[in-house]
Amino acid sequence: MLRWILIGLLTLGIAGTAFWGYQEHQEKNAILIQAENTYQRAFHELVYYIDLIHDEIGTALAMNSDQRLSPQMVEIWRLTSEANANVGQLPLGLLPFNKTEEFLSNIGDFTYRTAVRNLNDEPLTEEESDILQSLYEQSAEIEQELRKVQHLALENNLRWMDVQLALANNDENVDNTIIDGLKTVEKTVEGYTESNVHSALIGTSAKQHAFENISGKEIGENEALRISRNLLNLKDEKQITLTETGDGADVPLYSASYHQKGKEGYVDILKQGGHPISLLIQRKIGERKISLNEGSRKASEFLKELGFENMEMFQSSEFDNIGAYTFLYNDDGIKVYSDAVEVKVALDNGEILGLTAESYYKNHRDRDIPEPEMSNEEAKKMVNPNVEIHEEGIAIIENDLGEEVLVYDFLGTYNNDTYRIFVNAMSGLEEKVEKLGGTELNYAVN
Amino acid sequence: MGRNKSTCLCIIIMLCFLGVNMISPQQTEAFSNQVIQHGATGDDVIELQARLQYLGFYNGKIDGVFGWGTYWALRNFQYEFGLEIDGLAGEETKQKLVKASKYDEAFVKEQIAKGKKFTHYGGVDKEKQSAPAKTKQAGQGETADDGPTVTAVNVPQGFSQNDIQLMANAVYGEARGEPYVGQVAVAAVILNRVESPSFPNTVAGVIFEPGAFTAVADGQIWLTPNETARQAVLDAINGWDPTGNALYYFNPETATSPWIWSRPQIKKIGKHIFCK
Repeated sequence: MLRWILIGLLTLGIAGTAFWGYQEHQEKNAILIQAENTYQRAFHELVYYIDLIHDEIGTALAMNSDQRLSPQMVEIWRLTSEANANVGQLPLGLLPFNKTEEFLSNIGDFTYRTAVRNLNDEPLTEEESDILQSLYEQSAEIEQELRKVQHLALENNLRWMDVQLALANNDENVDNTIIDGLKTVEKTVEGYTESNVHSALIGTSAKQHAFENISGKEIGENEALRISRNLLNLKDEKQITLTETGDGADVPLYSASYHQKGKEGYVDILKQGGHPISLLIQRKIGERKISLNEGSRKASEFLKELGFENMEMFQSSEFDNIGAYTFLYNDDGIKVYSDAVEVKVALDNGEILGLTAESYYKNHRDRDIPEPEMSNEEAKKMVNPNVEIHEEGIAIIENDLGEEVLVYDFLGTYNNDTYRIFVNAMSGLEEKVEKLGGTELNYAVN
Repeated sequence: MGRNKSTCLCIIIMLCFLGVNMISPQQTEAFSNQVIQHGATGDDVIELQARLQYLGFYNGKIDGVFGWGTYWALRNFQYEFGLEIDGLAGEETKQKLVKASKYDEAFVKEQIAKGKKFTHYGGVDKEKQSAPAKTKQAGQGETADDGPTVTAVNVPQGFSQNDIQLMANAVYGEARGEPYVGQVAVAAVILNRVESPSFPNTVAGVIFEPGAFTAVADGQIWLTPNETARQAVLDAINGWDPTGNALYYFNPETATSPWIWSRPQIKKIGKHIFCK
C-alpha cells in the first residue's frame, strides 16, 4: 500500500517538474524570440536606411536648384542619424563596426554643414560636389554589401542570437555569415576613411593641433615623483606608485597614485615640462566649514602657485560640500573658452581635491587676436530683441566646425530663463545660443 | 508688467524702510558671514531667496540653490539700492537686504519641511502664501527637524540627476572594486563614447549598446550604486578624464577577444587597461 502511495507521489512529482520545466523553457524561448526580433528590426531598418541614404544622395546630385538642395541635405542628415541609432542597437559590441558608424556620422556632418548654410549665397563648391559624388559611390557599395548579408540572413534563417553567442565565445571556427558579411562592410568603409582624410569631408578640428604649445623640458621619474609628492601633500615618496602612458596616449604622461586608509590620490603629469594636467583626491567630506566663495579664493591661489596666469573664475557650483570651479584664460579682456581649467575644493577644510587642465594644455597658445569688425551695438542687433541682455563681453569660442572664432558674449534673459549668446564679431553670425540650466528639483526630497 | 512691478516695489520698499526700526529687534538671526555666490546651496541661500522675494525681486521657488533666477534678482536688488552690481551677496549687500526685508525663518522652514508650495512676499498674508501639501507627502515620515531644507540640487549643464544616476549604476556595476580614479575613468569612457562619432550619441545609447558593457549584459548594472560611484560620475561630467580620451577598456585577466589587445593602449588604472 505504502509503496503505491510513494510511487504515486513520485510520479506526480516528476510530472510536476516536467510541466514546470516545460513552462520555463517556453518562457525562455519567448524572451529569446523577443530579443531576436529587436535585433532583426534594428538590422533590417539599418539596411533600409542605407538604401534610402544612397538614393537620396543620388537625388541630391541631380538637383540643380539650391532651394531644393537644403531640405534634401537635411533629409540625408536625418537618415544617417536614424541609421546610426540602429547600428547602436545591434549586438556588435565585440565586433569592430565603428568605421561604418563613423562613415555614417561623417555623411551626417557633411550634409548638416551644407544644409545649414545659405546655399543661395554660397552654392556647393566643385570640391563639395565631388565629395557628394564619392559619397554616392561609397554608399552604393555599402548598400550592396549589406544587402548581400541581409539576403543570406533571410535565406538561411540566420539568427542574431547566434551571432552574439559566436562573438562572445570568440569561436574563430564558426562559419557565421552575418559576422563575415559585416566584417567585409567594415573593411570596405575603412578604405574610404583613408581616402576621405584629405577631403573636406572631415571637418578641420582644433583637436588636431592638440598639445603643441607646451613649454619646458622633458622631466625624469625623480622629478615626476617630487612634483606629485608636493601636489598630493605627502611626506614620503615611497607611498607613490608611478607609471607611464603607453603608445595610445595623445601626449606622454607620468601617472602617480597612492592609497591610504580612507584617502586616495591620483596625478597625471605631462612629461614635457612636468605640468600637472589632472589631479584627483578622494576622501570623505565632512561638514561644510567654508563657503563656496572662500573656496574659489583657494582655487585661484592654487592655480597661481601652479603658474597659471590670467585665469578668471567663470563658474562655480556646490555639490555635496565640494566646490567645483571653472576658470577661463583671460587674454587682455577676452575670455578664451577653450583654455579652461577646473578645480575642486573640499568645503570642509579648504583642501584642493582636484584639477583638470587638459583642455588648457591642448588649446592654449599665444593667439593673434584680430580687432572685431563689428561694434558691440551692431552685434547686439543680431540677438533676438525679446532677449534682455544684462551682461556682455568679448570672447573666443570654438564654433560647430571646430574653428576658434572671436565673438561677443551676451548673457541675457528671456522670460524666466537665462541664455548665453555668442555673436561672431566679424560676420555677425549667431554662433551659439545656450540655455543655462544647472539646477534641478531634487526628486529624492520632493 | 515691468512698470507695474517697479511701482509696487517702491511702495513695498518705502513701507519697509518705515518699519525697519521697529522690526530689527525681532530679527534674532540673519545670514552667516559667508559671501554667497552663484552655485551655492544651503540655508543662507534660502534666506537670500526669501528676502529677495519679500521685496519682490525674486519670483522663483525658494529652493536653497543659487541659480540664475536668484542671480538676476540679486543684481536687480543691488541696482535699485545703489550697491555695486556684482551678483555676490557680500557684507554690504547682506546688511542692506536685512535692513530692507523681513525673513520669517520658522515659516519658510516649516513650509519646506512639509513639502508645501509657498511664497514669501512682503505684505501678503502668510495663510495665502502657502498651498496645501501634496498628498503623496503626507504618508512619508515627518522628520521635520533634520529633514533636508534645500529642495533643489545643482546639476552640471546638460545632465539631469537621472542621467547621473544611470551612469552611476553603470560605473558601480563595472568598476566597484576599482580605485576611485578607476571609477572616474569608466565614467569618462562612457562620456568619450557619447562624444565619439563611432558610438551612439546619448548616455543611455552608449550604456545599453548590446555587448558594450559586461555589467549591462549580466544585470549587475541594476545593483544599487554607492556614493563613491556617483561622485566619480560627477567628476567625469565636470571634465576629469584620467584615461586620456580612451574609448575602450578591458581587464587583461579576463578579456577573451584578441581584437581588444590590438588597440593602442593609453594606460593602466587599477585592473583595467584603457585604450583608443
